[in-house]
Amino acid sequence: MQIQQLSVFVENKPGRLAEITEVLAAANIDIRAISVADTSDFGILRVIVDKPKEAIETLKEHGMTVSLTNVIAVGVSDHPGEFSRAVRLLADTGFDMEYMYAFISRDKGRAYVIIRTNNGQKAAETLQENGFDILSPETIYNM
Amino acid sequence: MFFQKEIETMKRPEIEALQLERLRRMVDYCYNNVPFYQERLSKAGITSGDKIKVLSDIQYIPFTTKDDIRDNYPFGLMAVPMKDIVRIHASSGTTGKPTVGVYTKADIDRWSDFVARIVTAAGVTAEDIIQISFGYGLFTGALGLHFGLEKVGATVIPASSGNSEKQLMMLRDFGVTGLVATPSYALYLGELVRESGYPKEAYGKLRHGILGSEGCTEEMRQRIEENLGINVTDNYGMTELTGPGVSGECEYRCGLHFAEDAFLPEIIDQDTLEHKAPGEAGELVVTTLMREGMPVLRYRTKDITRLNYEPCRCGRTHVRMDKVMGRTDDMLIIKGVNVFPSQIESVLVATEKVGPHYQLVVRKKNYMDNLEVKVELIDASLLESFGELEKVQRTIHDRLKSVLGLETKVTLVEPKSLERFQGKAKRVLDLRNQPEER
Repeated sequence: MQIQQLSVFVENKPGRLAEITEVLAAANIDIRAISVADTSDFGILRVIVDKPKEAIETLKEHGMTVSLTNVIAVGVSDHPGEFSRAVRLLADTGFDMEYMYAFISRDKGRAYVIIRTNNGQKAAETLQENGFDILSPETIYNM
Repeated sequence: MFFQKEIETMKRPEIEALQLERLRRMVDYCYNNVPFYQERLSKAGITSGDKIKVLSDIQYIPFTTKDDIRDNYPFGLMAVPMKDIVRIHASSGTTGKPTVGVYTKADIDRWSDFVARIVTAAGVTAEDIIQISFGYGLFTGALGLHFGLEKVGATVIPASSGNSEKQLMMLRDFGVTGLVATPSYALYLGELVRESGYPKEAYGKLRHGILGSEGCTEEMRQRIEENLGINVTDNYGMTELTGPGVSGECEYRCGLHFAEDAFLPEIIDQDTLEHKAPGEAGELVVTTLMREGMPVLRYRTKDITRLNYEPCRCGRTHVRMDKVMGRTDDMLIIKGVNVFPSQIESVLVATEKVGPHYQLVVRKKNYMDNLEVKVELIDASLLESFGELEKVQRTIHDRLKSVLGLETKVTLVEPKSLERFQGKAKRVLDLRNQPEER
């Protein structure tokens, strides 16, 4: 149930992010979700793509530092309090969230949240048991 | 193993007697054959070798500097007619006109002996196949090692530098047992070996790494040894003095054995120019005792090292110099603190998850010196969390602070984004006389 996310080291210099995403474009890789975290010196680009294995290969071939990380994708219905209920559940059951980012789906009334926690598999099961929608890798990759 | 055992194991009093005799002859030789030295020596009142009564009288002989050699470019310090010269070498000349060295037939023959001594001390025998990946040409490194290795009877492959794929192919296909290269090129080849797709056994015959012509820290050496599966020995020399072979390590690697019968070393304080006490670090000064084509009296090498007169476990009795700790001219002075790139290198090589290649950028910021250390991130597992990445940055920063006593800015850059060098590495970018960035 976990999804593979790419983390790419991005040096802080003009055009670098464009170069990295161009490498993905050239390999015909489609981006599903994206987030960039940065300090003044460097950033980490986190992306979910349709073909993670191919993406990591082509990025490595282009000399980039990249790793695959397991994350979970949670579907949340779009009304007040739903997201906080999910986060509360994870907090109360002892999961530490390292980072997260959200994207809106094409289905009306639903949002998706990508979450990186310790013990992701267990976290996904806990959320599912409490009625949250956990997206399978296939669903995300073929979205 | 020795190449010239009787010379290499002489007792200290015998060495000194030989040096005194040769020094006196060398003073006469320079006085009579090189107008530059005749003038210098006359001014100092040393009109003949007889004025030198004991070895320590060498302190009355004036120094020769790199500038003196440059001012006499190309052949002003030559002591014999050109018809007696059989070869001309020159240094890379990174800082101006090249430094020229001229060699008589006897010079070449002796030089090969000195190199044969150090490669034998490093363990090379007639059984070995050695690939020389120094750039051939004017540079003394390649031909110097080449002739010395042939003298030992080893099989020499004059690969020269560049075309790294072909270098790897020869290492594999020719059953190469030893590599001659700069440490930074050996490090680079080591990276390529790991990525070459061939199992490590394909390079399994490699045993010796005879690396020189630039500094190499203990940590960098370990990295090279792991990647290439070799035993690395350091050697030392320069065009001004002949070339490689002035000193080199034996199997015990506890200092570089000087060819003291031919090169007389001293250690001075670079500012006061006085002799340092035995065992203290300072600038190495060398007098050639046998060179015919271009003899040099008290040459200031600008290299900082220490001398150890204890005989070595290997049986050699000639003085040992420490690995060069730095150069008086690649020493950076940052906010008044002396900084040697080798100090920074040893911190970086000892830090996991970053690469051994680096670049130092010195700038002015708000009229203050500012040192930036750029280093390559090689371990992608750190991308899991920012905390980990920042921890690596902070660790390097803190270690540099304790080694240098200086604040630095540590920047992680992408792998292979810093320049690789096939010859001497140029890792310092000093922009302090450029306008400040805003």
